[in-house]
Amino acid sequence: MTPVRASIAGAIASIILILVVVELVRGRRLKERYALLWLATGAVLLVLSIWRDGLNAIAGWFGVTGYPPAVLFAVAILFIFLVLLHYSTVISRLTDENIDLAQRIALLEERLSRREQSQAD
Amino acid sequence: MSERIVAIVPAWNEEGAIGGVVDEITAFDPAIEIVVVDDASSDATADVAEAHGATVLRLLFNVGIGGAVQTGFRYARDGGYGIAVRLDGDGQHDASELDKLLAPVHAREADLVIGSRFVDPGGSYRPPFARRLGIRVFARTVSLLGGQRVTDTTSGFVALSRHGIELFAEEYPHDYPEVEATLVALRSGLRLEQVQVDMRERRAGTSSITFVRSLYYIVKVMLALFVASLRRYPRVETAA
Repeated sequence: MTPVRASIAGAIASIILILVVVELVRGRRLKERYALLWLATGAVLLVLSIWRDGLNAIAGWFGVTGYPPAVLFAVAILFIFLVLLHYSTVISRLTDENIDLAQRIALLEERLSRREQSQAD
Repeated sequence: MSERIVAIVPAWNEEGAIGGVVDEITAFDPAIEIVVVDDASSDATADVAEAHGATVLRLLFNVGIGGAVQTGFRYARDGGYGIAVRLDGDGQHDASELDKLLAPVHAREADLVIGSRFVDPGGSYRPPFARRLGIRVFARTVSLLGGQRVTDTTSGFVALSRHGIELFAEEYPHDYPEVEATLVALRSGLRLEQVQVDMRERRAGTSSITFVRSLYYIVKVMLALFVASLRRYPRVETAA
């Protein structure tokens, strides 16, 4: 069975995570699209912390008989992987967009200096 | 008949070599427009190239060889050039061999002509063992996935038709690009031809491929080839 204190600690940690994310979005330091996965993480962990029978049942499905809160860790790690993978795709996109911008600026600067030169002549 | 030709020369900290490269291309054919893509050099590469009469595209920050070369392809596409050649900024490619690369493009027989060091088994280029192995593995892999035998996939000495320019302006890999670009060209239906060329030792500066990096290079390129073979590329209609 899940110790009550473990459930309380899990619930408090989840609520803190949700509050911090909401505060970051409110202060415009985090964009909504990047906050969603974190909020989902907090919500799922909160539900699994409070809904003790659910956690025990899920632990039973996966053969975690000794210590059901281990499932909380597993779920948390899974979500952290998702967030990191999401960031990798975001970084890749930003890299491509950055290179595209640098290329366009180089091409535009060359056209501009050519035009200015022909006007000066 | 007189299609305009642009020579694309990517350069990163090559102030010692770039002037000679520009002069050699001009000596080969003064009608070729030379575009040096300066990949955010910290030395005087851009100024030297300009002083020698080249058009210079200055990248805001270092984007790597593939991104730099692609800037040149975009210049060629936007400027309506019919043919592009690409030479490295370190002087290892001999501009007097450009006629061999250009002939199949002029004849409309090829869209991508690769200056290869290994077409002729008696060629003079003998790389160190590790590099030779890498070159052979890439060549085999690209040949297998692309359906045509390619002897030198790491060569940066190439000529392109308008079809090739348009494809590479859109689709060009960013780092260590040559191997993957060859596969992209084959899978897009470009007609590829190879001609034997010699390459010189570097005149100045240091090669960007150090030994430590070459392992990363091989792994990255093999992954890129694998993924590229799973992708779909736009078919280019090459019927002239």
